[in-house]
Amino acid sequence: MAANKHTIVALVANRPGVLNRMASLFRRRGFNIDSIAVGHSETPNLSRMTIVADGTTTQVEQIRKQVEKIIDVIRVQDITSQNIVSRELALIKVKATADNRSEIMQIVDIFRAKIVDVSADSVMVEATGDEEKIDSLYNLLKPFGIKEMTRTGRIAMPRGEQLLRKFEN
Amino acid sequence: MKQTGSQILCESLLKEGVDTIFGYPGGQVLPLYHTLTDFPALRHILVRHEQGAVHAADAYARVTGKAGVCLATSGPGATNLVTGLANAHIDSVPVVAITGQVPLNMIGRDAFQEADITGITLPVTKHNFLVMDVNELARTIKEAFYIATSGRPGPVLVDLPRDIQQATGEFHYPTRLNLPGYKPNKIGNPLQIKKAASLIAEASKPVIIAGHGVRISRAYQELKSLAEITDIPVVTTLLGVSSFPETHRLSFGMIGMHGLAWGNMAITSADLVIAIGMRFDDRATGKISSFAPNAKIIHIDIDPAEVGKNIKVDIPIVGDVKTVLGELNKEIQPGNHQQWIDTIQTWKKDYPSGYDIRDTESVLPQYVIRQIWEKTANQATVVTGVGQHQMFAALHYFYDKPNSFITSGGLGTMGFELPAALGAQTGLPGETVWCIAGDGSFQMTVQELGTITQENAPVKIAILNNGYLGMVRQWQELFYDRNYSATPLWCPDFIKIAEAYCIPAINVTRKSEVGSAIEKAMAVDGPFIINFVVEPEENVYPMVPPGAGINQILHEPRKEDR
Ligand SMILES: Cc1ncc(C[n+]2csc(CCOP(=O)(O)OP(=O)(O)O)c2C)c(N)n1
Repeated sequence: MAANKHTIVALVANRPGVLNRMASLFRRRGFNIDSIAVGHSETPNLSRMTIVADGTTTQVEQIRKQVEKIIDVIRVQDITSQNIVSRELALIKVKATADNRSEIMQIVDIFRAKIVDVSADSVMVEATGDEEKIDSLYNLLKPFGIKEMTRTGRIAMPRGEQLLRKFEN
Repeated sequence: MKQTGSQILCESLLKEGVDTIFGYPGGQVLPLYHTLTDFPALRHILVRHEQGAVHAADAYARVTGKAGVCLATSGPGATNLVTGLANAHIDSVPVVAITGQVPLNMIGRDAFQEADITGITLPVTKHNFLVMDVNELARTIKEAFYIATSGRPGPVLVDLPRDIQQATGEFHYPTRLNLPGYKPNKIGNPLQIKKAASLIAEASKPVIIAGHGVRISRAYQELKSLAEITDIPVVTTLLGVSSFPETHRLSFGMIGMHGLAWGNMAITSADLVIAIGMRFDDRATGKISSFAPNAKIIHIDIDPAEVGKNIKVDIPIVGDVKTVLGELNKEIQPGNHQQWIDTIQTWKKDYPSGYDIRDTESVLPQYVIRQIWEKTANQATVVTGVGQHQMFAALHYFYDKPNSFITSGGLGTMGFELPAALGAQTGLPGETVWCIAGDGSFQMTVQELGTITQENAPVKIAILNNGYLGMVRQWQELFYDRNYSATPLWCPDFIKIAEAYCIPAINVTRKSEVGSAIEKAMAVDGPFIINFVVEPEENVYPMVPPGAGINQILHEPRKEDR
């Protein structure tokens, strides 16, 4: 991971426009978002966001404080330097012929990825893992010819006891 | 008993202690306007443009400390609020804006007069809401007022679809708030406060910079105690003007781009800066790298995001200024900085810039402000537009009365003065409000004279008419080879304009007439306009060129060099 890439996680109220508020704040403060992933959390009405953004530690600290000011944001943390698990999901559609299909399957196996769809001239590979793993898989599949690819962006969580949801009301 | 959304809104406003709404009607707020007449305790002031409504609400909030409320219809009505919301946002003023919206089932269809106002105002409000259920309305209003007025105040917009105004529900005003993501903290960290007190005790050349936060949290007395006990000179930012009495021996006036030379020099030589409720705006600091280069910095602010945003701080204290200063004052020790104060006094003698007014028969804008100051004996609330007249008003009226200088500091919004003066006068009935206008700035919202007449608001209006967009012309003179591109400004006959609005008015073209004109305005029971035809190319000095350090001061050319 590049030294200036930061992983920020936020717990936000599940209200219309929250993603917009978040994205708009990054844009307004001149920050580039690498990826942003949102989904439900363990608590009803709360979503969890993972944002990957570039910047120095001071800049990211400033943006974190600004994010914290969004009324719908309940908690936000820069977890870059913590012991975290981070994952991303990719679907990659690769050109495949009867001749090279087993070769592709071998690569997919090594990466503990899955073939989730097969057609006459392609296979669709589903892979989860950190960014580097997906990048390497992609690079190995590239010579066969990539027809389409989609990736989710990173989701992340600190290991162990550390909880983001530490608010009492 | 079931009530309509409009009734619920009005009841909620009463619960929040609202007595005045600045607004403008239209199709998508008709149900609400229909209901308003059943609530005579909610005084509605009809402005002439929605920008006027939000500036008036803004100034009303600044002078009363309560939230200012404005109301507009959907689409163009709502978008006309945007400048005023941005103005209130950057100056941290509690405003609650209520906008009509097309009915829910029409949202997103480019319906007639539909605008995505929550989307548009997202970056210029502290928060905004689109109410989708009449049963959520009362809670939303409670949250809106709480968010607007607590923590670092700011504007909150509530967008209200027409069908929600008409739908019915039970009115229950919630007693508790449920905002898990919003917990403003008032109390400063005691350890940090102790550390600050010991830094203060050690400093030999300390300076206090007082900002808008002192006024917002009404901490005049606490600031005064801090300064007096520790014997530390006080300077202010533009928005900090009137947070500390300017006739006090420890007052050294305003700092920054048009700040006084000695104040800027004091900051540059200081070994400790105590920054209170200010956010290190570039207009106050000048070039960051040469700002207070030898000083440790204590920063007190309610907004944690302000700490370290522009300037590296040694001791941040996050909390409400009044609360924190109250605590800090228990920790500090009596100090004596006479030698340091004498040094600053010497600079005051050596650099007689800023307060120096050359003697001439023509009308100097500085002289006009001095005369208003004298004739009002420091008792007026002064409201300004943006430009040279704003800086003259900041420098040449000596504010002793707390919170008596109302100006657009952060956004620098021309056209602020007239509606803001109306709003301030509404919040301060029976008190003297002077509106200091530029001929350009005034013309941006001149139609609010209609509101002033309709409300018979006794605002005294002084136009400093130099026939230029003066402040821009000054920059062109100093930094663009006197290329006066688009700054000469034709003005209408302001006396006739005043006459059309039924406001008495006079022209003043000679210095000898200035004082009596002001007296005449004050003798009139109602609004009055004086068109001061001033020296066209007068400049604001001192000035720090943009991008320079605040000690790199351009002084007023000496009388004999003119
Ligand atoms: C809405 C808006 N537009 C443009 C500006 C840029 N601006 C700043 S000062 C100024 C000139 C103001 O002229 P005037 O109101 O005549 O006041 P003076 O400087 O002459 O006192 C201008 C155009 C601004 N601050 N606000």
